Amino acid sequence: MLTETHTGLQSPKGNWWKPAHKSERVWVGIAFGWCMVLFAMMPLWQVKGGQNPSGIRRKVDPAAFYARTQEFIAQYRIGDDRGMPIVAPPPGSDIYLTAMSFQWTPILQLEQGKEYILHLSSLDVNHGFSLYPINVNFQVVPGYDYGLRVTPTAAGDFRIICNEFCGIGHHTMVGRVIVVDSTGNLPAQSGGI
Amino acid sequence: MSAADFRTCPVTSLKIDPRGELLVKANAVVAVVSLLIGAIAAVLLVLTRWQAVHLLPAEWFYRILGVHGMSMLIFFIIFFEMAVLIFASTALLNARMVTPKLGWTAFALMLGGAVMVEVIMWAGKADVLFTSYVPLKADPLYYLGIILFAVGALLVCGLFFANLVVAKREQTYSGSLPLVVYGAVTAAIIAVITLLHGAAIYIPTFLWSLGLMEVDPQIYRLIWWGLGHSSQQINVAAMVAIWYMLGALTIGAVVLNEKISRSAFVLYILFISMASAHHLLVDPGMGSAWKIVNTSYFMYMAVLASMIHGFTVPAGMELGQRLRGIGTGLFGWLKQAPWGDPGFSSLVFSVVVFGFVGGITGVTIGTEQINIIVHNTLRVPGHFHATVVSGTAMAFMGATYYLIPLVFQRKVAFWGLAKIQPYLFAGGMFIFVMSMTFAGTFGVPRRHWDISFSQAPFDVAFNPAVDVLLAFVALGGLIAATGAFIFVAIAVKSVFFGEPIGTLVPGVAVRGLPQGITSPPRHAPDVDRRNEELHAPGQGWLGPAPGTMVLVFIFLAAFIVYFFVNWKVLSFVWKIG
Ligand code: HEM
Ligand SMILES: [Cu+2]
Ligand SMILES: [Cu+2]
Repeated sequence: MLTETHTGLQSPKGNWWKPAHKSERVWVGIAFGWCMVLFAMMPLWQVKGGQNPSGIRRKVDPAAFYARTQEFIAQYRIGDDRGMPIVAPPPGSDIYLTAMSFQWTPILQLEQGKEYILHLSSLDVNHGFSLYPINVNFQVVPGYDYGLRVTPTAAGDFRIICNEFCGIGHHTMVGRVIVVDSTGNLPAQSGGI
Repeated sequence: MSAADFRTCPVTSLKIDPRGELLVKANAVVAVVSLLIGAIAAVLLVLTRWQAVHLLPAEWFYRILGVHGMSMLIFFIIFFEMAVLIFASTALLNARMVTPKLGWTAFALMLGGAVMVEVIMWAGKADVLFTSYVPLKADPLYYLGIILFAVGALLVCGLFFANLVVAKREQTYSGSLPLVVYGAVTAAIIAVITLLHGAAIYIPTFLWSLGLMEVDPQIYRLIWWGLGHSSQQINVAAMVAIWYMLGALTIGAVVLNEKISRSAFVLYILFISMASAHHLLVDPGMGSAWKIVNTSYFMYMAVLASMIHGFTVPAGMELGQRLRGIGTGLFGWLKQAPWGDPGFSSLVFSVVVFGFVGGITGVTIGTEQINIIVHNTLRVPGHFHATVVSGTAMAFMGATYYLIPLVFQRKVAFWGLAKIQPYLFAGGMFIFVMSMTFAGTFGVPRRHWDISFSQAPFDVAFNPAVDVLLAFVALGGLIAATGAFIFVAIAVKSVFFGEPIGTLVPGVAVRGLPQGITSPPRHAPDVDRRNEELHAPGQGWLGPAPGTMVLVFIFLAAFIVYFFVNWKVLSFVWKIG
């Protein structure tokens, strides 16, 4: 079985539905197999992997979400940093983070190795939750509550960078997350800022 | 119209309708002007993101970022595609332009819309970036301008199909559509789907900006990306069509198997509108099942299509060379190719960077979970400057080096520069893309004026390597922008002040004309015997294009490594579910 000798600029004459050469079939087969691997990895990671963006998702009124965040702050506040409340909720609880132009409210203090349900939403426009330096990113959309089960695996002093353009102050929008170890302390090298 | 009104192309002997040709010219010229605006913006952007220089003030950085996105991705690319559609449906088929008047109406709508959008953006009334995520709000005229532009583009798609129907009826060609035109049909069908998404999102958003209705921010993102990403599939289809065209023109690439190549184009059409998902993988609005099915374009069938073209295009080139007895060994056909022909070098860079960099990174970062460590970091613009810039824009530039003599009938001006232009553009872009991608792995955000965070309440200290990487982003970006400016200069000079091509003597090289024009690749008289030999079973399963076979296996190995390294990196971050 021969291939054609015409170019892509010429009309093929007659019936062009002909079997391909073996080498071409081999590549199409391998490529197909690889595509199946690419696909299978996603459901597999849903079951076996530790990082999935599925979450608990529902629509929410932005003002109501902000009110819930304030309630949460009032309940677990342990101090302030630069006028921003620091909140230390008990492990396993629902915790709330509101994005608004141009700040993340409040500062969260979590415990290493404990699970929390982190609720993300926005009071105004889209924002981007980007946890520095471990580079974990989620879209924060007004009107939607994104509840993610998170377990910090290491203690440290983390930042939340906004990585969705949200207006002229976008580059000033930085929040803070503190993760303490089981003794309630920050590791020495990352203590204080 | 009578046959006498056509001119016959001295190179391809195609019969060309000057009324269609004029439309091709108009669209191509506006495309080049848009490229110029976009490239000026690009220089300002790289010089701002390079923190050591930090040129623009914040407000202007975001404004110019919007201008760059619109001018490049929308105006440059789509005007050029309109030129390609008209060219493919008339010149390549010896056919006539059915209703030139409507063609000009469409052109006027598109141009009017584009000018409106540019004016509003420069005036600072649409600082929303090209994605204009609701509820960030721009002036209503901004949305209206985009709607006018899209209506014009939709009209051109309609004209394209009308041209095809008339060509078929008037039997201007015999047999099936050539593969290149088939690719253009694919692009046009996807364009119609895309533009309908565009209408579905921009009309409500326009009304919203006038205070007449509500638009849900998540629904906006869903439908906007139905437009935004499907339009990238127009670009891919148009680019692949141009790959086949440039392969044919420069080194007589043959079509290995029509069935395989055409089926791959059909896969594009079938699965393309699912593409909006990979922008929404870490969004709250959609569940995992939806994300997985859609981000994979239904089990990666569109990726399969690209992997097929990524084989058939170079394999067709290899076989074309071998049929003419050029080169020995595995890669002789490539070594002895016309590297000084900017049409050829553009083609090769486009295929290689699109596949190795754009394709591999794109599939990997578009994986549901891996997107967690990628979303909105510099890895994203790193990826798409490897696809739509190093791939599509590079292919369009390469095609221009042939369109100038074939359509405009001029020599290519500044020929010495033209020969090195693809090297500058592709080389610069490669440095730019790689540095951006690495910076992104440190979590450096895209669309960000100041990663020193000097005005932020809490300090953020990026790894010092990031400063070096951003300097390389600037270096590569400036080299690529230089390539873009050279391209604009060549195109403008050739089109408006170029020397006519004159009479051609086959086989005699002429300065300013690519070798595919002066010595078009021709088969040997005994081509069938040669073809038989190359396909003989003794050649083994590597087949008639063994060099390409080796290359695609290197590609596959790189793909596998990159993909699994990313899973590994993901497994180190916090537990999230
Ligand atoms: C000439 C060389 C080019 C250079 C040096 C360049 C440089 C850049 C830079 C620095 C950014 C900003 C990245 C960020 O901060 O997020 C950017 C964004 C972008 N570029 Fe380019 N670019 C070039 C060509 C192109 C072309 C030809 C296209 C389209 C065909 C294009 C499409 C885009 C788009 C869509 C964005 C995203 C805008 C946004 O985030 O709103 N670029 N480019
Ligand atoms: Cu923000
Ligand atoms: Cu922001």
